[in-house]
Amino acid sequence: MSTPRVLRQSLQRLAQHARCYSKTTTTTTSASLRSAAQTQQQQQQQQRLPTAWSTPFAAAARRSLSTSSALQHGHVDPPKPGEELYVTFIDKDNHTHRLAVSAGDNLLDIAQAHDLEMEGACGGSCACSTCHVIVQDQDMYDRMPEPDDDENDMLDLAFGLTETSRLGCQVHMTKELDGLVVKLPSMTRNLQASDFKP
Amino acid sequence: MAFVARLKPRVIGLRGRWPSQVHAPCRMYSLHPAHHTTPEHPLRVAVIGSGPAGFYTTYKLMAKIQGTKVDMYESLPVPFGLVRFGVAPDHPEVKNCQEKFEEVASSPDFNFIGNVSVGTKSDHPDGLTVPLASLFRHYNAIIFAYGAAQDRKLGIPGEDQLKGVYSAREFVGWYNGLPEHASLNPDLTQGDEAVVIGQGNVALDVARMLLEDVDVLRKTDIAAHALDTLSQSRVKRVHVVGRRGPMQAAFTIKEVRELMKLPDVSFHPIDTALLPADLKSLPRAPRRLMEMLAKGTTATSQSPSETSKSWSLDFCLTPKAFSSSSPDSTQGQLASTTFERTTLSPSPFDPNAYALPTGETLTLPSSVAFRSIGYKSTPLPEFSDINIPFDERRGIISNDGHGRVQHEERTRGAEMSHGSFPGLYCAGWVKTGPTGVIASTMENAFATADAIIEDWASRTTPFLNGDRKCHGWEGVRSEVLARGDEKRVVDWQGWRRIDEAEKQRGKESGRSREKFTRTGEMLNALG
Repeated sequence: MSTPRVLRQSLQRLAQHARCYSKTTTTTTSASLRSAAQTQQQQQQQQRLPTAWSTPFAAAARRSLSTSSALQHGHVDPPKPGEELYVTFIDKDNHTHRLAVSAGDNLLDIAQAHDLEMEGACGGSCACSTCHVIVQDQDMYDRMPEPDDDENDMLDLAFGLTETSRLGCQVHMTKELDGLVVKLPSMTRNLQASDFKP
Repeated sequence: MAFVARLKPRVIGLRGRWPSQVHAPCRMYSLHPAHHTTPEHPLRVAVIGSGPAGFYTTYKLMAKIQGTKVDMYESLPVPFGLVRFGVAPDHPEVKNCQEKFEEVASSPDFNFIGNVSVGTKSDHPDGLTVPLASLFRHYNAIIFAYGAAQDRKLGIPGEDQLKGVYSAREFVGWYNGLPEHASLNPDLTQGDEAVVIGQGNVALDVARMLLEDVDVLRKTDIAAHALDTLSQSRVKRVHVVGRRGPMQAAFTIKEVRELMKLPDVSFHPIDTALLPADLKSLPRAPRRLMEMLAKGTTATSQSPSETSKSWSLDFCLTPKAFSSSSPDSTQGQLASTTFERTTLSPSPFDPNAYALPTGETLTLPSSVAFRSIGYKSTPLPEFSDINIPFDERRGIISNDGHGRVQHEERTRGAEMSHGSFPGLYCAGWVKTGPTGVIASTMENAFATADAIIEDWASRTTPFLNGDRKCHGWEGVRSEVLARGDEKRVVDWQGWRRIDEAEKQRGKESGRSREKFTRTGEMLNALG
């Protein structure tokens, strides 16, 4: 089988563009363009779009990446002065986020209010495992009321389940849990692997 | 030339043999690496399918690559795929993920293009069909997230001919108001024994629908026709049958627990020889599940003689034939199902054990039977023209595990080469095969989005149409108009009107929602 003519032409064209590309690559992230995009973003931010989409989608520079989620969730009230409880989240990139929160807030709402990458696919009704957190300290874990059957059933399906795993939506902050540290599990790419292996 | 060498595998997608219309793929695979950083050229993405995989991929993409414009194609006038048509009506909490999808859809960069089927002729007469080739001309990337719309068959006598043998997928579609199966009208009045073949969560959903008190379902968004049929059902005894044992079963604990807890429904004990003696030594998830099955077996609550309905998990049985009571057993109404007993090798406690036939048969009386042995994705008809490979055995689009559509090709030197098609991705069940709960579909969709984000950020990975400005749906639509096709397209506002109308109908009958079960009714609600 010989290389078809069209493919040969495509390869040649690609070679040209590859060369062309390597020349222009330095201009793609020019500072002026970036600052223009930023200014545009800031302007739009000030306008406060009326949609649920809280961070405006500026017509950003092509192939630019934002580092944080554009969606914000969670409905928690800031703690009253003097009544702050602290909880620390370690995210998937191992960054720590120490947050002052109020008693009664659950970890899912807290995480979403602070724009951490935690989904709550079922809206915090204990019907999925997307808000799985790993409590870092056994002693803290023991201070929490034990998970009920429903929570355990969902945890059984969670990726990277550990002995101190909980669902964020079921853990409510109390004085006893002041200083709690939880880790968001880093998901494996291969989700076809059975959780059922002995 | 180093660049070419590195990029070559991605180019090999252009196979030796061209489809008949040589110019089309030529334009499809314009191989200019996109590199201009111009605000007028956002990433333009077409997502085919509006289920959880499509929405979660979109969500992550739009959040991470600002300015991304997504057009989501859906062959029905209504969105959400299996969240609407698969999730059981008595699991409303699982449908809460729709809130996130609503939020995604509220972005000005998102377009819902409902009632438009891509590549496959619309399954309803009111639906528009656009060729996949048309999408290739107007987007930088296409994400296949159209799921698994077929089911696997048993291939045994009586399966296709007998009245009373149904596909669980069709039954689920029917009670959830899927237009395609709105006329299924299953007959549940022929007797009191039902057989469900397969032991996944779909099988348990079917069992629960048959066993649950209809008054509980009355409050849900179950299709009205299903309420009528289920309230006349005579089914009292449900067998959920699997080829292998409890240690190999696909169902999850929540679904088993729900069945165990149904009032006035009892569970027949399972064969404890199939449970490991030392449950404590099992890993957590199988341990809890096996403990529940063992406990269900010795439950002091109610025995089958004390309840009006009962169910069982029947293990180590492989189906051989459906039979009627007439002389030609493959004609007429189903009366029984014959199974062959199996034995598990190397051991019943090995989660990966095989089922081996024993030659011994067992016949269960059955007035209705459901096959529930898995869903199956199928390729779009145009895949063969464009040489998009489809793994028939696994029922998925060949991909690199991250969602990049892949091909394998034996080149001149007989060396097998692998590569990605520029700009083609897949997500959800068409990527992974039909398994997993919404949480796993979500993670998997995020992985596909990450692959696209990585490719886009690399600046060297080719996408479709290179630097040419893509017009997305506008471009596709102009081609549709040129053809003179005037079918109705449903945008997000249109869906909101259908949604409101369904809720209003529900209110009138004291339910959360009363779904339209015909596409014509849905389109009429648009006004």
